[in-house]
Order: sequence, then C-alpha cells, then structure tokens
Amino acid sequence: MTYLIQGATGDFEVVIGLEVHAQVISNAKLFSGASTEFGAEPNSNVSLVDAAMPGMLPTINEECVRQAVRAGLAIGAQINKYSKFDRKNYFYADLPQGYQISQFTHPIVGEGVVRIDLGDGKTKDIGIERIHLEQDAGKSMHDQHPEYTYVDLNRTGVALMECVSMPHMRSPDEAAAYITKLRTIFRYIDACDGNMEQGSMRADVNVSVNRPGEEWGTRCEIKNMNSVRFIRQAIEVEARRQVDIIEDGGSIDQETRQFDPVKGITRSLRSKEDAHDYRYFPDPDLLPLEFDDAFVEAARASLPELPDAKHDRFVSELGLSDYNASVLVAEKENADYFEALLEAMGAGSDAKKASNWVTGDLFGALNKAGKPIGNSPVSPTMGAELLKLVAEDVISGRVAKEVFADMFETGKGAAQIVDEKGLKQVSDTGELEKVIDDLIAANPGQVEQYRAGKTKLIGFFVGQVMKATGGSANPGVVNKILKPKLDG
Amino acid sequence: MSEIDKATVAKIARLSRIKIDEEKQAALAGELNNILGWIEQLEEVDTDGIEPMASVVDTKLKWRTDVITDGDKQESVLKNAPKAEYGFFAVPKVIE
Amino acid sequence: MTDLNKLKIAEARDLLGKGELSSVELTEAHISAVEASKPLNAYIESTSEIARTQAKSADAQIKAGNQKGMTGIPVGIKDLFATKGVHTQACSKILDGFKPEYESTVTQNLWDDGAVMLGKLNMDEFAMGSSNETSFYGNVLNPWRLKTAAGEKDTVPGGSSGGSVSAVAGFAAMGATASDTGGSIRQPAAFTGTFGIKPTYGRCSRFGMVAFASSLDQAGVITRDVRDGAIMLESISGFDPKDSTSAKLDVPNFEAALTGDIKGLKVGIPAEYRLEGTPQEILDIWDKGIQWMKEAGAEIVEISLPHTKYALPTYYIVAPAEASSNLARYDGVRYGLRETVDGDGLIPMYEETRAAGFGEEVQRRIMIGTYVLSAGYYDAYYLKAQRVRQLISRDFKEAFEKCDVILTPTAPSAAFEFGAKSDDPLAMYLNDVFTVPASLAGIPGSSVPAGLDKDGLPLGLQILGKAWDEETVLKVSHVLEMAAAFTHQPSEWWR
Repeated sequence: MTYLIQGATGDFEVVIGLEVHAQVISNAKLFSGASTEFGAEPNSNVSLVDAAMPGMLPTINEECVRQAVRAGLAIGAQINKYSKFDRKNYFYADLPQGYQISQFTHPIVGEGVVRIDLGDGKTKDIGIERIHLEQDAGKSMHDQHPEYTYVDLNRTGVALMECVSMPHMRSPDEAAAYITKLRTIFRYIDACDGNMEQGSMRADVNVSVNRPGEEWGTRCEIKNMNSVRFIRQAIEVEARRQVDIIEDGGSIDQETRQFDPVKGITRSLRSKEDAHDYRYFPDPDLLPLEFDDAFVEAARASLPELPDAKHDRFVSELGLSDYNASVLVAEKENADYFEALLEAMGAGSDAKKASNWVTGDLFGALNKAGKPIGNSPVSPTMGAELLKLVAEDVISGRVAKEVFADMFETGKGAAQIVDEKGLKQVSDTGELEKVIDDLIAANPGQVEQYRAGKTKLIGFFVGQVMKATGGSANPGVVNKILKPKLDG
Repeated sequence: MSEIDKATVAKIARLSRIKIDEEKQAALAGELNNILGWIEQLEEVDTDGIEPMASVVDTKLKWRTDVITDGDKQESVLKNAPKAEYGFFAVPKVIE
Repeated sequence: MTDLNKLKIAEARDLLGKGELSSVELTEAHISAVEASKPLNAYIESTSEIARTQAKSADAQIKAGNQKGMTGIPVGIKDLFATKGVHTQACSKILDGFKPEYESTVTQNLWDDGAVMLGKLNMDEFAMGSSNETSFYGNVLNPWRLKTAAGEKDTVPGGSSGGSVSAVAGFAAMGATASDTGGSIRQPAAFTGTFGIKPTYGRCSRFGMVAFASSLDQAGVITRDVRDGAIMLESISGFDPKDSTSAKLDVPNFEAALTGDIKGLKVGIPAEYRLEGTPQEILDIWDKGIQWMKEAGAEIVEISLPHTKYALPTYYIVAPAEASSNLARYDGVRYGLRETVDGDGLIPMYEETRAAGFGEEVQRRIMIGTYVLSAGYYDAYYLKAQRVRQLISRDFKEAFEKCDVILTPTAPSAAFEFGAKSDDPLAMYLNDVFTVPASLAGIPGSSVPAGLDKDGLPLGLQILGKAWDEETVLKVSHVLEMAAAFTHQPSEWWR
C-alpha cells in the first residue's frame, strides 16, 4: 500500500534516501596504527597521525579495504579496482587535520542492490549508489565544563564505510526495513558490528515530499540518526513539516536538520551564511588505491551465506514459512542457532517444527528474560534433545513446554527433567486399558449419556484418564482405546 | 575569469578561518586579483583530453597490515596542547 | 688544525676515519662557528649539548669500526624537519613553542648514520618564500654581499632554505638539510655559491617534514661541493613505510657516480628557458656551462619544453591549494599558538589564532588556495592546473628521450637586496621560473656554483635529470663543478 501523507489540500508522497555510516571492524584505524577499541581512556587510542601533528602522514590499513570490498560484494555491487582518496575540508574541534580523508569522485564500491523485506513475503529492491571509505571524526563533549568543550580523539581516524542509497524508499517503514537489512548484511559478513547505540552505525536521512504525479520536492537531510525507531519518527515529522510549509504556500530550503526525539521535531542545524564549501580535492599524501581480481575473489570467498540466500533456502529446501525464515535470518546468531539445532537433531528431523519452537518458545523465553541468544541457557544441543523427546512421543507437546521452562530456568537437560519429574507419557495400551475400564465402570451415568448422543462427553473421560495418570498418558493412545470402548 | 571583491575576500577569509580586518580587505582583494589575473594565462593552454595529474609517483599505494602499532600515548598527544584537562583537549565552546 | 669548520664532509670523513681528527674537535669548532654566525641569523636554535653528546658517540662508533658516510659530521637542520624535543616551527608563529614528540625520517636517517645536530635553521615561514624574508624569526643574511661603489650591501640568501644555505656558505655547518617545493633548495644554493640537490619526489620520506604542498615537497641537501652533496643525500634517502608516496627503491651509492666521465652523454638545452628579460650575465654563464659540457665530451642537444611558460601559474594554483588544506591543522586546538577573545567561542578562536599566527605571505597563499578549490572555481583553476601539470611532466618525459640531463640557469638573477621584491608577490614568484617546472614533474635537480656576477655575487647552473637518476645529475654536476673551478669564498664580515 502506498504511504501517503494527507494534507489539507490533498495527498503527498514521500521520497527517502539514506547515507549510512558503518564503522568497519578492524584492529587498527584506517590511516594509523592506533587501536579502534571502544570505551578507552580519552585520547589514549590516538597516534600522532590521528592528532594531525605537523609532518604526520596517512598509510592505509589493508583490512579496511578488504572489508569495504566484502561489503560491496555482499550487496552485489560493482567493485572498483581503482579508487581515490579526496580531502573534504572543514574546520571542527574534533577534526584534527582540518579535513576528512574520504572518497569523492572515485569510490571503492559502485552500484548495488539491497532487498528489503516488507512482511507477508513481499520484498523491494533498494538501489545503492556507492560505498566509500572515510575517516571518522573525534568526539566533542559540550556539557562537561561551563566554558570549554572537551575533545577526545579516540574515534578519530577509525574507518567508516559510507553506504549511499538511491532515493528509492517511499515510507518510514521502508527506510526502517532498509537500515535494518543493511545492518543484518554487515553483521553477517563481520564488516560492522551494527551497534547503533554506540554509534557504530549512523544514518543521514534525506527526505522530500511531492504531490502524486508531480516532480520530487526539495530535500532536507536529517543528520546523525542512530536508532531505527527515531529514523521512522523523524521521517514522519519531517515529511509532515514539509507538507505544512508547501500547503501554506512556502517553499522548502535544502538544508541540514537535526531530529529532537524529546520534542518530536526536526530543526535546522546551520544558518545559511555559514554554508559549507568542502573544497574536495585529491589527497596528495595518498596514491590511488588499486587491487587486482585475485584480491576481490579472495574477499568473495571469505563471505558466509548471506541473509537473502539463507532465507530462500530455509523456505524452499526446509519448508519454513516465509515469516519464520525472515525472523531466523534477521540476526546471524539466530540463524546460526537454528542451524546448529537442526544439525544436533540429525537428518530427517522436522525443520518446520524446530523453527516454530525457536521463534515461539525459545524467543519468547529469551525476550522475557531479556537475554541475547548467545547467552541462552538452552543450547542448540539441549533444544534438540527436547524436540527429539516430543518427536519420539516420549513427552507430549504440552509437557514439552513445561520441561523447556524448567530447562531455561535450571539449565538442566530435557531427559533429566522428564526422568526426575516422571513426565514420560504412558503409551502402554495394557496399562491405559485398565485405567479406562475402571473409569467406565465408575461412571455409568456419563457412559449412558454419551451413548445417547452426547459425544462431547469424551472430553470428560480423557480428562479423567489424564487425572488418573497424573497427566502422563499419551493423548493419542488414550483416544484410540477410549472411543471404541465408549461406543460399545 | 572572475573579479575578487571585498565580499569575496570576506567569504574566503571565513572559509579559511582567518580574521581579515575590514580595512585590509580591499587591499587584499587587489593583490589576489593581480595574482589570479596572472594565473589566468593558463586558459591559453589546450588541455582537452588531458588527465589531471595529482601525483608524480608512478606506483601503487602500499598497504599496512591490520595490527595495532601505535597509540597509548596520551601524554605525548596532549603535551603541546594550549589547554588540556582530564585527558581531553579543551577548546572554547561552540557558540551558535 | 685551524679552521676545522672549513673542511668539506668528505675531507673530514677521511680524517675521522684515519683517527687524525675527532668528531668532538670538529663539533666544537662548529659550535663556535654557529655562535659566530649570529649576525647571519641562519640558526634560530642552537643545540650544542645534543651536538656534544652525538659527537662523543660518533667518536666511539668510529673507534668501534662503524664509520658511515656522515658519522661525526656536524650539520644544521632546516626548521621544517621535526626533531624530537627540539624547536620545530617551520619558522611560523603559529607553532609557537612546539616541540615534537617524534623525529622526522630524514633526520633520523642522519642520526642513524652518526651525524651531529648543530641546531635548527631559519627558513621562510612554512617554506613559502624565495628570499627568506617571511620567517617569523627575521631575515637571514646571505654571507655574500653586494659590492657597490658606495660599499657593501646585504643581500637575501634566497629561499625558502635561506638558513640552510647561509649556514653552509658561512662555514657554520658542513651540510644542511633543506626542502624544495618549487625551487627552495636550488635557488638559494645559486644565491650563496653552495651546492644544492633536490632528489626525485619519493626518494626521501616526507614523514615528520612539516607539509607545505604535499605533491611537491621533497627533502634534499645543501653542501659546499658535489661530493659532500652525494654523501649527505645518500644518508637521508630511502624507502619509508610511514610515507605512502615514498618509493620502494634501493638507494644507489651516489658518491660512486662521481666518475668525472661524461663523454657521449647528451645534455639538453631547452630553448624555452631563454626568457625575454633574462639578464645577459645569466645567459652568459649558461653559455659557459654549455661550453664546459662540450669540452668534457658531452653532446649538446637542443630540446623543447613547450609548456615552460605555464609552470609558474600552474605552481601558484597547485601549491597554495594543497597548502590551504595542509595548514588547516594549525587551529589552536592541539599545539602551538592559541588566541582567544573572552567569551567568544570556537570559531573566533580559529580566526584570531590563524590571523595572529600566520604571516602575510602564508595568509595570502591560504586565501588563494581556498579560492581556487572553492565551489564554482575548482574546475577552472585547480583541475586546469592539474592538466597543465600533466603536460609539463610530459614535456620532460619527451625531452628525456633525446637527452640524459638538462642544463639551465638556476635563477633569473643573482641574490638581491632586502625589500627589493617583498612588496610585489608576482616579482618574487618569478624567481622560481627555472626551478618550478622540475618540481611539478617531480624530477631530480641540482644547482652548482658556476661563477660570480659583476657585483661579486655567485651564480648557479641547474642540472635536471630523469626520475630516479640522481646519479647522472650528480655526475654531471661534479664535472661542471670541476670545470667552473669555483673557489671563491665570502669574506667573513660577520665574524
């Protein structure tokens, strides 16, 4: 369904593009040997190169190049074996060089595609314009001292991949799905940890509105968004703001804005007189970045199965529902858990049932306990043991839920709990026959009513059997014996 | 190609983050115009189809391996700072 | 032994090796010479204590049989090179009080070879200048004075390596590091009767060398003769993984190239260097040089460098553009000068600091550089200049298909008086007319003292070579030096 904003004078469409900055996973920085570790003492993960001391020069980290190439391959993008670094010149306290080394005219990765999931098996392809490598800036803290801003350069020079989408998104949901998917892909390939709260992934969101059928409007850029929820909200309020201006007869200024989640508004970041002129030019301290096909192929070979391929395989080969497949592949750890579970269950086991258990019981319990899957008290092997007990009719599905709750709390194995609590279901026909015979003898009134046509009373008898066996009777076997006896 | 006036000087000075007093702007505009006017003789050169030359070095960019070889020298980093507090560089606040 | 400070590096090296001289003696003589050279203002910081320590260690090295080319040799270091814990300001006020926590690769190479540091040498601020009149530490005087009927007058030493040449010509260093962006080694060498060589771009590491224009900056040396230049150049050269533009090539034994034999070598004479308005004396010394080459058995080849005329304007786009960006780091945040106005914020701090810290010429170049890179002008200026630069480089490549080296004058005049050109930036820029093309092409070049003009001031001739062929440049320079037999010395008026 098309997302439309209802204005007083008619509907508006919204056009969205994202520039996502993803911190590259590497030990050292893009152009210096200092550590990229998060949370260190201020200015300790800083080399004299990062601090832009006079005469210091950049040297490039091969791992950052490899990661950018892997990211490009993961979105099926064109890899540019020849690219260049440019300087983007501007002054800021946390930008020691007075310029950011980035890639302007010749990025390392060209056009590609990200498939986003819109629910109900629907997908949409979002075009990627480019991915380029650049340096992160440092951090300014404005609230530590009444007169001074404190500057920490630990992040300065950490490699970022800037992934620029085409303006292919048409709703806040699509934008949310896009950044979520990009995060998933980058996490799959271990190129970025995707930790948005720590700022490892941030997005600048470009938003414009237009009346259906008319040309696109002027866009505004909302800077530095680090949560999917805020991105969604910011697009909603920004689009609404633009619609209101247009309907009031005004026009949109192309500008940079900031989202205030507390007030739920966006506000202009810069006054016009201070408009930026970045004066990009090729960085004379660096030569063009070049590599060969062998480098690209080695990077390709290092990629794991990607989420789209995994999703499609789960559906077509394992028979999973689209929903379950999507949920499982959304996080690599989930998919890994599921695949380890299947492996432990052995060949020929019911993947569909296993997926229901993971997405239902396991995720429910983890959610409730606030635990990530990596810390699940029930390992894939333990889960497999439990599911096998059900598959082999040792316990019923209902008992399995009880056993799982126990496993989750105590960390004990399924078989052990079943043993200790005597939860093994009774499937022994002789034993059950005796119980049923006794019940029929003890309840002649109900038997009579049943035989008179009140067949619903079978439930009463099943309940009595369960009561008599302490819930351990196999309901299938009970039904099989009970019905002919009642029918007489 | 272009004529630099006082306003342009003020704009370039702002971009360069150099304070140029207003009374100096006109004189500087004159000097810059002189230099740029002389530079503009380059327009005579036919450069159609010529690749811009950014570096004279005819080799490939060499790569570093991804190992931590630097950092952990807060004292050295801050040693020459006009003002440093609690391990941070301290600068006057940005006033919007 | 008297006048130890007048020895050449090669002579001192041989005496040190034979045990007839100690580095401590040699160094003490130079420390005195540095002291006596104060009127020249070549040194802005003397490091005698470091020198004494290094000299002792050098003597121990020699005793242990580990003598290298520069062991025990006292040298001066241009203030552009970072020297750990020692004044390094590129002679700018904006680096007020800056003492780096690191050593430049060029100087580290010297210390690794056992050289001795006498002090830091004056220069034009951020190497921007051709007369050493832009230094925050004041003008450097040329040991050579203009002889007029009314008496002797002070002259500029050339720039930007004014302190380097003045110290070497004034016998206050056996050699000095220098740097060349558009002629800052060759032009001052010509003005002071010293030998200067700028190697191929990428031969020496730029790590720890305060950047002016990164695609042009190249370290080199100033010495009193070609052999000394070869010895010292070899010491500072070599691949450095810390500089991405440094070339991974072995450094030849440069001194071994001085065979004295240039028979059959082709020496190119570019027609375009016969510029209108060039003084006759310059043309005469050039003709003499051509004659010497012929007499030494070289073949003279007429060549053409058709874009020569455009080299200067190209340079005055490229260099300021890069400089405007390279000098953005001087912002009062992490080191050097900080000027604040009470109650004002970050941006006024930037603007006040940079206005107070940069001299006029530096400000002028930052402004030009910012302008030519700014929106709407990039293509017309910067990109155009990069294309012309390609043509200039191509000119040289084509010329070197016909010749092995190129011989030209180094500068369009001899040293001039203070203030003669400092009010007219364009007139000053024209000083580099013969040196800038080679800088743009990144090829090696030297300046060899060739004679005196009518006022008694030295004139130099420039030898340009193919990329990575410093050996031929040195070989030809050496032959030229022998032919010119330049034995003049300045009167030591400053002592």
